[in-house]
Amino acid sequence: MPISMESELKSPAADPSTASPEPRPDFIQVKDFNFFYGRKQALFDITMDIPERQVTAFIGPSGCGKSTLLRNFNRMNDLIDGTHHTGDITINGRSIYDPKLEIIALRRSIGMVFQKSNPFPKSIYENIVYSLRIAGRRNRKFLDETVERSLRGAALWDEVKDRLNESALGLSGGQMQRLCIARAIANNPEVLLMDEPCSALDPIATAKVEELIHELKKDFTIVIVTHNMQQATRCSDRTAFFYLGRLIEFDTTEKIFSNPSQKQTEDYITGRFG
Amino acid sequence: MADTEHFFTAAGAHRAGIRSFGNKVLNVVCVALALLTLIPLVSIVFLVLKNGLPLLTPAIFTELPPAAGQAGGGFGNAVVGTFQMVGIALAIAAPLGILSAVYINEYAPTSRLSNTVRFVAKLLTGIPSIICGVFAYAVIVLPKTGLIEAVQGWREGWFRDIALWIVTSLPSGFSAWAGGFALSILMLPTILITAEQALLGVSKAYREASYGLGATRFQTIWRIVLPDAVPAIMTGIMLSVARAAGETAPLIFTALFSQFWAQSLNEPTASLSVLIYNFSTLPYEHQQNMAWTASLVLVILVTISNVTAQVVFRKR
Amino acid sequence: MSTLSDEKPAIYRAGSRPGRRSPDLFQVLCWVASVATVATLAWMILQIGQQSWPAIKEFGLGFITGERWIPNRDQYGVLPFLLGTTISSLIALLFALPLGLSIAIFLSEDFLPLPIRQVVRFTVEMLAAIPSVVYGLWGIFVVIPLVQQWGKWLAKTFEDVPVLGVVFDGPARSNSMLTASIVLALMILPTITAISRNALVAVPATLREGSYALGATRWETIFGVLLPTAAPGIVAATILALGRAMGETMAVAMLIGNSDRLTWSLLKPAGTLASKLANEFGEASGIQVNALMYAALLLMGLTLTVNILGELVLRYTQRKTAGIR
Repeated sequence: MPISMESELKSPAADPSTASPEPRPDFIQVKDFNFFYGRKQALFDITMDIPERQVTAFIGPSGCGKSTLLRNFNRMNDLIDGTHHTGDITINGRSIYDPKLEIIALRRSIGMVFQKSNPFPKSIYENIVYSLRIAGRRNRKFLDETVERSLRGAALWDEVKDRLNESALGLSGGQMQRLCIARAIANNPEVLLMDEPCSALDPIATAKVEELIHELKKDFTIVIVTHNMQQATRCSDRTAFFYLGRLIEFDTTEKIFSNPSQKQTEDYITGRFG
Repeated sequence: MADTEHFFTAAGAHRAGIRSFGNKVLNVVCVALALLTLIPLVSIVFLVLKNGLPLLTPAIFTELPPAAGQAGGGFGNAVVGTFQMVGIALAIAAPLGILSAVYINEYAPTSRLSNTVRFVAKLLTGIPSIICGVFAYAVIVLPKTGLIEAVQGWREGWFRDIALWIVTSLPSGFSAWAGGFALSILMLPTILITAEQALLGVSKAYREASYGLGATRFQTIWRIVLPDAVPAIMTGIMLSVARAAGETAPLIFTALFSQFWAQSLNEPTASLSVLIYNFSTLPYEHQQNMAWTASLVLVILVTISNVTAQVVFRKR
Repeated sequence: MSTLSDEKPAIYRAGSRPGRRSPDLFQVLCWVASVATVATLAWMILQIGQQSWPAIKEFGLGFITGERWIPNRDQYGVLPFLLGTTISSLIALLFALPLGLSIAIFLSEDFLPLPIRQVVRFTVEMLAAIPSVVYGLWGIFVVIPLVQQWGKWLAKTFEDVPVLGVVFDGPARSNSMLTASIVLALMILPTITAISRNALVAVPATLREGSYALGATRWETIFGVLLPTAAPGIVAATILALGRAMGETMAVAMLIGNSDRLTWSLLKPAGTLASKLANEFGEASGIQVNALMYAALLLMGLTLTVNILGELVLRYTQRKTAGIR
C-alpha cells in the first residue's frame, strides 16, 4: 500500500517536562483533498495522516504540490485569488474549512517559517512579540518572558540577548531565519510549518536550524518542505513523496530512503529525475 | 498556552471574531474614503461639460472676447496665444532638456555636473509656477520697461526714434515671449527627467553592439540610442505640454491678456487659462459661461496631450 | 586574404575608436545644455535676489514680521501672507493626508477587483492633470456655496468653545482660508497618493505573508508592518505635497478672498504669498516691485527648503528599503 495509514506509532514524547496526553497519530488529517489555482488543478486526491509531535518531511521535484499542500494547512493560499478546493483538512479533529472558524485564530495556532527569512524591519524584541501585540497583550513581564522563551527555543538567546532592541535586519542570514522561527513559536502554536527553511542558508547555519528542528519536535508537530534529501533523512521521522500533484508514497523516512515501495520514489531519491 | 488565542477553544474564537469584525469595519471605511475621491472629479467633469458645452460652437474659436457685459464673441485669440506660448516654451525647453539628459546619461553619468543637473531638475519641479513668472518678469518684462523709459528721456530727433523702434521691437516687455519663457522653465525639468528615464531604458546591448561595430560615441547616440528613446521622450514632452497649457500663474503678469488678435509675439497676449481667471471673477453670466467653455477646451486639450503621452507614445 | 584586408583596421585610425575620450561637437553641445540647466536655477535665485535687494535693504527682517501691506504708504509686511501660506497648506494636508493614505492603501490592497481599482487610480491621475484655474472656477461655483452654508453653522456652533471659537470666528465669509484649503487638499491628493502607493507597493510580499502567517488580520498587517515599513516614503510624500500646496497660486488666488489682514479664523478671507504675487505684480511699480520680489524670494526659499527636505527623506527611504529585500 503506497499510502501508509498505520496508527501504531512509537511515542516520541519521552521528555518528562511535557506531560502531554498520548500524541495523536492523525493530528493533521487530509481527506480526499483536491486544490485548484483557477482552472489548473495543483493537488489530486491527497489523503494522509500527519502524526503529532513528529517531523514530517514533504519531498518531490519543483512544482509537485508539496508547498501548496503545506500552505493549505494555515490557509495561506486564501491570499491568492481564484483558488478553491474539495475534500477536507482537519487539525486535532477540527476542520480548518469550517465556515465558523476565524482564519486569524487558525493561523495563530500554526506557526510558519518561510523559504526566505522575513523579519519585519523592527527590533528583535518587537519581531517576536508582534503576534502578541496584535492580539492586544500589553503585560510587559509576559512579553519579556515570551521573548526569552522563544529565543531560547530557537537557540538564539545567547547570541542576541544583549541587543534585543536593535534592528532585526542587522542579524546574519542564519540568525534571521532562527529569529523567524522564534517569532513563529512565540504564540505557542500547535503546528510548525517550514517551507524550505534552509534553502537560502549556508551549511553551518543549516546545521544549526536542523539541530533546532530536532529540539522543537518535542513540543511541536512539524511539517517541513525540503528540496534537500539529506536534510529529510537527517531530521524527519516520516517522509511524503509528491509528484505532479499526487502523493506517491508516505512512510517512515527510513523506509522511504532504504526501501521505497514505488518505482517513482526510488527514481527520485536515487537522483534519476527531479 | 492558556494565554494564546486558540482556534480550538471557544474563547479564542470569540476574540478572533472581535478582531476580525474590526478588520471588516476598516475595510469598509477605506473603500468608502477611496470612492469618495470620485465625487469631486465627477463634479468637476460634470460641471465643465454642463456649463461649457452650450457655448462650444465653431464661432468661439474664430471670434474675439466680448467686452464686459456684452454677449457673443469667442476666444480665438486666447487659443492661438496658448499655442504660441506653449510653442515658444517647447522650442526653448525641449532641446535644453533633451541635450542635458543625453549628457547626464550618455557622456558623464557619474560626473559631478551630472549629479548637480539631476538635483537641480528635481528642485525645478518643486519651484512654484508663479516663481517662474516672477523670474520671466525680472528678466524680460522689467528691463524693457526700464529701457523704453531711458530712451524716451533722450533728446528728440531721428536718433531717438530709431532707438525707440529698436527697443520696442526687442523680444521683451509684456509679451508672448515673456510668457513662453516662463513656461519653458516649468517644462524643462519634466522633459529632462523623462528623457533621462527614456535613455536609461535603452538596452545596453544596443550600445555594445554599436560600439562593437566600430561606431563612435556620437554615432551610437545619434543613430541607435536616441531613435530608440524617441517614443518615451515624446511622452515626457506631451506631459509637459499638458501641464504648461493649463498654467496660469506664470502668464498673468508676463503675457498679461489681450482683447485682440496679437500682431506679433512682442505684445500682451491672451491665453485660455488667463481668460478663465479673468472671466470667472466678472459678475456677468455670459462671461462666466465663457470661462466654463474655455475650461472645457483646456481640459480637452490637456486630456488629449496626456492620453497621447500615455497611449500613443508609450507603446514601443 | 580578401580585398577587405587592404583597408587599414579601424583601430589604427584615431578618429573612430569607440568610447574615445576626446570630446566631439555634440558632446560639447550637451555639456553646454547641462550647464545651462544648472545655471537656470542659479540665475533665478540671483535675478530675484538682485531685484529684491532694494526692498531687503529698505525693510530688512521687519518685512517678515510686518503685519500691514499698504503700497500707497510704502509700508510692506508679509506676515499675514506667510501665515496664510503656512496655514492653508497645513490645513490642506490635514484633509488630504488621511484621504490620500486611504486611497494608497485601497490601491495597493485587493478590497475590490482590479478594474475598479484602476478606475480610482485613473481618477486620481485625472485630478493631477486638471489645471489650477479650473479648480478655481469649480471652487467658486461648488465649494464657495458649500462653505457659505456650513461656515455660518461652524461659526455659531463653536462660538463659545475656547480654541475652536478663534479658528471658526465669524462672521463667516465664503471666500476664505477654509475654501482655499479644501480645494488645495484636492489638488495635492494625487501627489500624496502616488508616492505613498509606491512606498506601499515596494514593501516586500514576504513581510505581508509573514504577518498573515502569524494570524494578523489585514489591517493589523497594514498598521503593524506595511505602514511602518513604508513610513519614510509616506513622510516624503507628505513633505513634497506640502511644498506643492505652498506654491499653488491660481486656485488659491480665486478662492481665498485676498485679504491683507492678519487673521486666525479659517472662515475669513486671507492671502498667501503666491496669491499676493498673482494679484499685484501686473500693476506694480517702483519699490512695490522690489517688495514683491522679496516676497517671491521668501516663497522660493520656503518651497526649496521643503522640497530639499522631502528629496532627502526620499533618498534615505530608498537606501533603507534596499536593505529589506
